[in-house]
Amino acid sequence: MTAERLDVDGLLADPATRIVVCCGAGGVGKTTTAAAVGLRAAEVHGRRTVVLTIDPARRLAQSMGLSELDNTPRQVKGIDGDNGGELHAMMLDMKRTFDEVVQQHTTPQRAAEIFANPFYQAMSSTFAGTQEYMAMEKLGQLRATDEWDLIVVDTPPSRSALDFLDAPARLSRFLDGRMLRMLLAPARSGGRSMFSLVTASFGLFSRTVQKVLGAQLLTDLSGFVAALDSMFGGFRQRADQTYRILQDPQTAFLLVAAPERDAVREAAYFAERLVAERMPLAGLVLNRMHRTDVPALPADESEAAADALTASGDSPLTADALRIHAALVRQTEREQRVAATFTDAFPAVPAVSVTAQPADVHDVDGLRTIGSLLA
Amino acid sequence: MGGEHVNRWPARLHVVTGKGGTGKTSVAAALALGLAAGGRRTLLVEVEGRQGIAQLFETEPLPYKELRIAKVAGGGEVRALAVDPEEALLEYLDMFYHLGAAGRALRKVGAIDFATTIAPGLRDVLLTGKVKEATTRSADGRRAYDAVVLDAPPTGRIGRFLNVTAETAKLAKMGPIKTQSEGVASLLRSPITSVHVVTLLEEMPVQETLDAIAELETLRIPVGRIVLNATRPALATAGKVTKAELKRGLAEAGLPADAATVNGLATEVKAHLTRQELEETLRTELAEAGRPLVELPLLPRGVDQAGLDELAAALMRA
Repeated sequence: MTAERLDVDGLLADPATRIVVCCGAGGVGKTTTAAAVGLRAAEVHGRRTVVLTIDPARRLAQSMGLSELDNTPRQVKGIDGDNGGELHAMMLDMKRTFDEVVQQHTTPQRAAEIFANPFYQAMSSTFAGTQEYMAMEKLGQLRATDEWDLIVVDTPPSRSALDFLDAPARLSRFLDGRMLRMLLAPARSGGRSMFSLVTASFGLFSRTVQKVLGAQLLTDLSGFVAALDSMFGGFRQRADQTYRILQDPQTAFLLVAAPERDAVREAAYFAERLVAERMPLAGLVLNRMHRTDVPALPADESEAAADALTASGDSPLTADALRIHAALVRQTEREQRVAATFTDAFPAVPAVSVTAQPADVHDVDGLRTIGSLLA
Repeated sequence: MGGEHVNRWPARLHVVTGKGGTGKTSVAAALALGLAAGGRRTLLVEVEGRQGIAQLFETEPLPYKELRIAKVAGGGEVRALAVDPEEALLEYLDMFYHLGAAGRALRKVGAIDFATTIAPGLRDVLLTGKVKEATTRSADGRRAYDAVVLDAPPTGRIGRFLNVTAETAKLAKMGPIKTQSEGVASLLRSPITSVHVVTLLEEMPVQETLDAIAELETLRIPVGRIVLNATRPALATAGKVTKAELKRGLAEAGLPADAATVNGLATEVKAHLTRQELEETLRTELAEAGRPLVELPLLPRGVDQAGLDELAAALMRA
C-alpha cells in the first residue's frame, strides 16, 4: 500500500476529536469497528466515550450489555477503567427519536394529533431515510449535551452508504417542497382540510391526486401536513446544524471496507462524496485482510511441493498445510490488489489494515484485539 | 439443456435476498442466466437504484427499460431492468388513468417525489407492482418472460418490502392503491413466487438468513433455497498437524524447514481449522432451517462474465 498509515491512536488521543463516524457498505464490519474504536478510546485514551449503534448483531450487542433499543446510553461492564475512561453504548430507537423531535417542536396537543396520524406512523417507522435522519438527530443531541469526550457513530445499513448524509437534506427538501405547499395552501387560507382543495378545485392536480390516492388518504395526509407545518423551521434548522457538525474538524470520518470489489467501490464513491462535501475524512479501515505467516514461500512453490508429497504419499498433513498456505497467499494477493484500487485512487487518504480473525468478534476481548490491530 | 432445470427451479418469479456483501446481485444474475438456457427469455430486475446489474455486466447505467444484457447458448437471452419508483408511478398513472403529459406535470410540482418518498409502503407497491406486471405479462398468447429474477432488498428489509399489503393498508383503506397491493400480495404468496436467501458461511449473514426465513414463513411468502455463496474447500483433510511432522514433511518436499517456516505454517493450519469448524457449525444451523442448500464456489478472480456462467451452471445443477 502506498498510502500513509492511518494513525487511529493519534486520532482518539486528541481531545479535539469529539466525533468519529464509521461509514461504508453493508457487511464490512462497521459496527464492530465502531465498538472497537469506542473501547480503545475509553481504555487506552481514558476518554468518556459513547458508541451509538444502529443495528448491531445480537451477540455483539449482548457483549456490550445492550438488550433492547432504548435510546439510553448504558455503561459497558468489564472494561478497564484505570485511565479514567468509560464506555457507554446505545442502540438507536428510530421511532422514539422521531417522537422526541416532534415533542420538542410543537405543543402537546399538536404532538398528540401527529402521533395519531397514520402518515406519521408510517413515516416515523419506515420512511426511507428516517433511520439515517434520526441517527444524525441523535448524534446532534448527544453532542449538544457536551457530556461526552467522544461520540462514535455507526451509520445505518443503508442501501447506499451515502444515505445518512443525504437524508437530512432530503427530509428538509421534502418538507419545503412545492407539493406540500400546494397541499397546505387551503389549510392556510382558512379551509378546514384537504377537502377544500379537493372539492373546490377542479384542477388537474387535485383530481389526479384524489383519483390515485383516494379521499380518505388525502384527508389523513392533509392533517399530517398541517400538523407538521408548525415544525418545518425546527426540522430544517436541526438538519443544517447536524450537517455543519459533520463538516467541523471535531469530526473524523472513518471509511470502513472489506477487501471485496463492491465494498471498495462503495468506499471510493464515499471518499469522493466526503471530499466534495468538505467533510473531514480521516482515513480508510480495511477490515478482514488476511496475512501469511510465511511470506517467503510463494503459492506456486507451496502447491507444487504439496502435489509432490501427495504423489509420494509422504506426510499428507504437510501436504494439507502447504495447500492451506498456497490458498492463503493467493487470497492475500487478491485482497492487496482489490485494496490497491482504492489506495491508488486516493493516495492522500491514510489507510490501516485489520487482520481477519478466524471467528467473528462478539465479546469485549475480541473488540480489544481489533482495537489494537487498528491502532 | 432443454428444460430439466425448470423442475428444479419451479417458480416463475425468483426473489433473491441476502445480507449486504453476500453477493446477492451476482447470484440473481447467475440465476437469470441459468434459467435462460435452452432458448428461454428471462428478466433480471433491480429496485434499489444501485445500478448493481450494470456494474456486474460492465455496461452503462440501466435506464427504465427492459434491455438485453446477455445472450445465452441455445438462443436464450437475459434482459435487465432497473425499476425506478418515480418512473414506475408515472407508468402506472399512464396505464390506469391515461395521464400522459399530465403525469409529467405532476412531476414538475414534486408530486411524484412526494408520493414515492412520503411512504415507503407506496414506493414498494410501485416497485413490486412493476415486477408483478413483468412476471404476468403476455403478448400473442405467450408469456413475455419464462422467469423473472428480482435482485431484492437485503434480508433486513425483505419482509417489509414483500409484505406490501400490510404497509399500504395503514395508509390506503380503499382505492386503486389498495387493489394494486392486494394483487401484488396474492402473487407473492402463490407458488409462482420463490424467495431465495444468499449467505456466506459467516455468523452474521447466517443469523440474518435464519431470521429472514422465519419472517417470510410467518408472512406465508414461499421460501425457496438457501444459496451458500463463495464457499471454499476444506483443505485440512487430515486434521491437526504437529510441528515435528511439518518439519519432516517440509524436508521431504525439499523446502526450508526452519523454525519460522514451521511455526508460521502451524499457525496458518490452526487458523484454517478454526475457520473450518466454525463453517461446519454454521452449515448445520442452516441445514436445520429445512430448506434446500445450494453451494456456490468462491471465484478467485472475482465475478466476471466467465465467473457468472460458472455460477449459473452450478445453480442449474443444483
